[in-house]
Amino acid sequence: MIYRENGQFKTSYGADQQIFPIAQDRWAVIAIIAFAFVGVPLLADEYMFRAILIPFLILSLAALGVNLLVGYCGQITLGAGAFMAIGAYAAYNFLIRVDGMPLLAALLLGGLTSAAMGIIFGIPSLRVRGLYLAVATLAAQFFWDWAFLRIKWFTNDSSSGSVSVSNLDFFGWNVDAPAEKYLFCLGMLVVFGFLAKNLTRASIGRQWMAIRDMDVAAEVIGIRPMWAKLSAFAVSSFFVGVAGAMWGFVHLGSWEPAAFSVDRSFQLLFMVIIGGLGSIVGSFFGAAFIVVLPIFLNQFLPVLGRLVGISISTAAVSHAELIIFGALIVFFLIVEPHGLARLWATSKEKLRLWPFPH
Amino acid sequence: MAFFLETLIGGLMAGMLYSLVALGFVLIYKASGVFNFAQGAMVLFAALAMARFSEWFNAALGGDSLLVANILAFIAAGGVMFVVAWVIERLALRNLVNQEGATLLMATLGITYVLEGVGQTIFGSEIYNIDVGMPKDPVMMFENVFEGGILINKEDFIAALVAACLVAALSIFFQKTSTGRALRAVADDHQAALSIGIPLNRIWVIVWCVAGVVALVAGIIWGSKLGVQFSLATVALRALPVVILGGLTSVPGAIIGGLIIGVGEKLSEVFLGPYVGGGIEIWFAYMLALVFLLFRPQGLFGEKIIDRV
Repeated sequence: MIYRENGQFKTSYGADQQIFPIAQDRWAVIAIIAFAFVGVPLLADEYMFRAILIPFLILSLAALGVNLLVGYCGQITLGAGAFMAIGAYAAYNFLIRVDGMPLLAALLLGGLTSAAMGIIFGIPSLRVRGLYLAVATLAAQFFWDWAFLRIKWFTNDSSSGSVSVSNLDFFGWNVDAPAEKYLFCLGMLVVFGFLAKNLTRASIGRQWMAIRDMDVAAEVIGIRPMWAKLSAFAVSSFFVGVAGAMWGFVHLGSWEPAAFSVDRSFQLLFMVIIGGLGSIVGSFFGAAFIVVLPIFLNQFLPVLGRLVGISISTAAVSHAELIIFGALIVFFLIVEPHGLARLWATSKEKLRLWPFPH
Repeated sequence: MAFFLETLIGGLMAGMLYSLVALGFVLIYKASGVFNFAQGAMVLFAALAMARFSEWFNAALGGDSLLVANILAFIAAGGVMFVVAWVIERLALRNLVNQEGATLLMATLGITYVLEGVGQTIFGSEIYNIDVGMPKDPVMMFENVFEGGILINKEDFIAALVAACLVAALSIFFQKTSTGRALRAVADDHQAALSIGIPLNRIWVIVWCVAGVVALVAGIIWGSKLGVQFSLATVALRALPVVILGGLTSVPGAIIGGLIIGVGEKLSEVFLGPYVGGGIEIWFAYMLALVFLLFRPQGLFGEKIIDRV
């Protein structure tokens, strides 16, 4: 009834090709962004910011990057954690080794370094594909895990590979309160979200999708597989690298290589698959699901245990968390293999016809 | 020279252990097209079951017959793996037929979490020992050939023998029995196999059972070497380069890949490690596999990839 595009006539090419062609979508997105910038900082408390909102924003950015590669270009990667680490450590090195390096420039340079490494570790994708490629990308993960632990130059000669960044200064704005960190991450995410959306609508995104759907056919119609695949690796690694730098700088403050272990890579891939492959909005859904679910289980299980009258030990809670998390993932994959984004699309379609379903 | 040979043999034996885990991957991938990330969790689960059952049976029997307790425990743990295989097929895989590779991969990751959680809830999460009476003392060999001889770990030697026997038994099973033929038929083409009356679901249960038994053997050997603990689940990550090096669909590939990776890891750690700070084993294996893949994208013995538009 409300969600219907009747009467919205497109009178120019520009109007036809805008990002959100339906006016209701446009206004909803603007309202959500406005609420996130103005409403959320007034409502959320410090715990919300630290435990849920900031991790959600940063990991959505990383999931966006992974989705560009896995969902749009069809190259499965299990090495996203390594590129987060590269972004974080590169940004750290730029920040401490170059005098007067602004925060934003350090983050972006971290992303660019990660993109360069993404191109190098994307080269095997020209020869191998599918699951072989997934395992090949694990090489990046283990190599960089090792490198940041053993090569002291990267960590400025700290003994355990742990480094810390304090005093985040964004063009004179000192980002240190949780709400400020939240706003900073939100700003970055909005910019990068629109960038990703537009990339996938542009010719480069169409090339990626052609390669994903069938690379031989794409090659036949004149798409260069090397350029398309490596550009996907570069752009994806750039996003993931910036997210990694933000994870280290803004969320953790001080970190060690274990923060970007192979578990992080799996987590990012989970987000993309549960959220929906090849969907920008799906990355956000997936990130929200994976960030919130463990916290929810952690809080909810002991309460449930008290209700039934059994006290659960912490070890049992963590095991039960594992079981429920794993089972939910399998359940989700069975009921909706195309992810939460598909559920969202279906419900939008239903809303358009409501209340007359035919 | 003797030192080099010693490292080489150590590598070969470590390689056999990797092959054992890799074998589980290959079996399941061949028969159902699922890249089973849960193999490591299955190894952990089986080893936990084995360790605890053997402890319980030993206590029940009064502690005087370790061998009987171990045999009973082996049978019980095998039964547990059968139940696990059946449940996985029933609850997860049956509902995921025809999904993309990445989705199946993620589903097995989910299964990994469940198995890790369930295993530790039932069997406890401390470090356990498996004592199957493997000799731990090293022996000297070829003392008349080289000066000082070569130091060989008896335990590794027996483990390698067991692995070799298992592989022989598996190949006989695959080549000579009717179930084995059915498995190969399913591996070749699901639909064709269905159309000649091979029950796909039962075959999958059988394959997961076989993979479970392989995991059990791997779990016993790894467990008696390292102790049964959570980190056992990560042997899957060590075995992955073996699988892609040998080819996802080839049983001999898993063995030869395992040997190459085992030797490569040990030699690199001993001769290259000191120059770069050590600990390079794990990524070196991946790099080695990657180099092979650049020349043969389907692995050494994998099925040739044919592109059709």
